[in-house]
Amino acid sequence: MSVVIETPNSPRSKKQANWEKYGWIYMRVSGAALVVLILVHLISNLVVPEGGIKAINFAFVAGKWADPFWQWWDLAMLWLAMIHGTNGMRTIVNDYTEREGVRKTLVFTLWGVCAALVTLGTLVIFTFDPCPIGASLEALPSFCPAQ
Amino acid sequence: MPTMPAGTLYRGKVGMWSWVLHRITGVAIFFFLLVHVLDTALVRVAPEAYNVVIATYQTPLIGVSELGLVAAILYHGFNGIRIALIDFWSKGAKYQNVMFWVVVGAAFVLFAAFAPRHLMHVFG
Repeated sequence: MSVVIETPNSPRSKKQANWEKYGWIYMRVSGAALVVLILVHLISNLVVPEGGIKAINFAFVAGKWADPFWQWWDLAMLWLAMIHGTNGMRTIVNDYTEREGVRKTLVFTLWGVCAALVTLGTLVIFTFDPCPIGASLEALPSFCPAQ
Repeated sequence: MPTMPAGTLYRGKVGMWSWVLHRITGVAIFFFLLVHVLDTALVRVAPEAYNVVIATYQTPLIGVSELGLVAAILYHGFNGIRIALIDFWSKGAKYQNVMFWVVVGAAFVLFAAFAPRHLMHVFG
């Protein structure tokens, strides 16, 4: 079966919730938020620390996530960016696939990957242990007690 | 005698090429995001595991590639604001062309501020 596109100059034939409209609004609202979230993310991780990208390691991440502010900041980025990116990929799949089966398979895969990574990332942020037992002391942040 | 299409918001010229670039940068950022969530998840495995993988981000090859990622993010973000302004601002469509060059200019200024500092870190 080929993809069916509604005629743009006639009213919508479906009377259910207009998910395409909500998606359209989501891209603009989340996009505006992500500009701020990601610019601050890049500045605080790559520009502000002495050494830039060379300063990033486990201790750096542990130091950031010791503050709930950065936990919630990164959580917001994770959810907004993953859904924004997946919905953008869905738009591209809808544009370029010609067979309905292929389109459905790709869109299903995209949302599956999105759900898996959002779940993984959320668990990592909130179950994170900055001082895991058994880790070598030089890899840990300075606030960890000696083991 | 047929004349050349003048170009509209979506066909030819800035309107079309800004859209093409928005798609390409969007796909690139999406795939980086998948990798970035996975590499960050390694902090939950072991500090050493995370440090080994994050060290690859500090190599010259990937370090230079990060400039491309930052350029893509700056363009995609600022052009996204331009798209929202075309949709919501009454004069948005009228000024879409000049807004594109504002997007390119703003992205270039931030990129020029970031790139030398980042390269000094990568090669320093």
